[in-house]
Amino acid sequence: MSATKQQTLFHPAKSILTVSQLTGLLRTSIESQFADLWLEGEVSNLRMPGSGHVYCTLKDEFSQIRAVLFRSSAVRLKFSLQEGMCIIVRGRLTVYEPRGEYQIVLDSVEPKGIGALQLAFEQLKKRLAGEGLFDEAKKTPLPPYPSRVGIVTSPTGAAIRDMLSVLHRRWPTLQIIIVPVPVQGEGAAQHMANAVALLNEEDLVDVIIVGRGGGSLEDLWSFNEEVLVRAIAASRVPVVSAVGHETDVTLTDFAADRRAATPSAAAETVVPVLAEVVDRLRVLTVRTTQTMSRLCVFEQRRLETQIGRLAQVRFRIRQEWQRTLEIADHLRTLTCNRLAESRDSVRQRQRELAGLNPAFLVTRSLSLLSFLAQRLERQMMVLGDGRRRRMAAMAAQLTHLSPLAILGRGYSILSRVRDGAILRRATDAELEEEIIARLSQGQLRCTVKRVLPDPLM
Amino acid sequence: MGGVKFEQAMARLEAIVGELEKGDLPLDESLKIFEEGIRLSKSCLKILEDAERKVEVLVQDRNGKKRLHAFSPEEETDDSSDELSS
Repeated sequence: MSATKQQTLFHPAKSILTVSQLTGLLRTSIESQFADLWLEGEVSNLRMPGSGHVYCTLKDEFSQIRAVLFRSSAVRLKFSLQEGMCIIVRGRLTVYEPRGEYQIVLDSVEPKGIGALQLAFEQLKKRLAGEGLFDEAKKTPLPPYPSRVGIVTSPTGAAIRDMLSVLHRRWPTLQIIIVPVPVQGEGAAQHMANAVALLNEEDLVDVIIVGRGGGSLEDLWSFNEEVLVRAIAASRVPVVSAVGHETDVTLTDFAADRRAATPSAAAETVVPVLAEVVDRLRVLTVRTTQTMSRLCVFEQRRLETQIGRLAQVRFRIRQEWQRTLEIADHLRTLTCNRLAESRDSVRQRQRELAGLNPAFLVTRSLSLLSFLAQRLERQMMVLGDGRRRRMAAMAAQLTHLSPLAILGRGYSILSRVRDGAILRRATDAELEEEIIARLSQGQLRCTVKRVLPDPLM
Repeated sequence: MGGVKFEQAMARLEAIVGELEKGDLPLDESLKIFEEGIRLSKSCLKILEDAERKVEVLVQDRNGKKRLHAFSPEEETDDSSDELSS
């Protein structure tokens, strides 16, 4: 059996194929049998050389297959392929003859699980956010009172009608410049990006609304395209993004300075209500004049108060002046009195002094002197007479009292020669002592013969 | 036109009212800014009154030449006419 088989394999009747022939046969067979197929697998060995073609291997748990995405298909891809990503692809099998390898040529690629657009959205959002395009710090505040509003949208449809009607209702005299653009389909994003740039170029408007009405994710896709997102982020004029409905979120919403839920909401955001602004202006004017007149009244009152106080000061000055005058008067009177007193006192003193004049004293004393001299003389004479009489009397008395007188009556006085002492007792003399006896006339010198102390003894 | 001027004038007017109402300023200063405030409020009103409603369309032709013309809603047609009202 096996021998037969071997024989069959190498049957000479069958022609022997070259590798190229076999490969060619395989290629024809494979390419016709697998001309259009769907395949699910995980991306690995991803390579993107400069040619623009994308090469990778798709694999599952047990097998793998080479895959190629040619440039023409690759540029249509909204998202970018990544290593490990699970994708569902549509394509055809082909054989790369030089290496005898079969591979799948991809026509379209979808990420598994989420839609391609969704994935592209997330990827671009992450990338642009990484560049800082959505930074809050880069947002410009909207002008509070724009006079010119630019609108980048489709000139037909509900969105422009809604916006115009809201803008007119709020600010009837607003100037609006519409830049008509396609808002969906191929090239729409580029058109809108150009429109934003155009409005910036000419300094035509104070604020720009970029938007459109609601639609499917695909309809709104242009607002997720990089070229428009970048143009909005780069706009010097503040941009309000107003795409679809409340629930629709696009990348222009992130890049714009303000996101509005809908085009109508954008119109409301962009301009205030003119009537309210006019009211505000009136209120401010009224407040200005009221405050000023209140201030004037206040200042006037203050002035009046000051004037009143000034009058008080003047009154007080008058009072003080009067008082000063009174005091001055009083002082003058007092001084005059004091002066008069002093003058009197001086006069008195002068008089007193005049009385004490030495010349006058001398004159008076001289006249007194002669008078006194006469009186003295007279007195002396009177005195002399009296004294003479008294002296005679006293002499008589003296004579009377004189021991000599006593001697006359027979008494004598004994005294010691030796010392002249008067002898009062017999014992005062010593035997044989010389004594003198004084008599009324003359004296005797005697010698003591005997001393008898007491005649009675 | 006058958007920025108006904004500045309004802001200044608000500031003046605040300053006046605070009442810290001497009378002559107050009078000075009061006159300025009245002038501003008049010019603001004038700006508002003088503005004229204008809706224009800006188009750029192939040579890059820009052109402004009056807008009439039914004039232009576009492939996005199937947009839903928002």
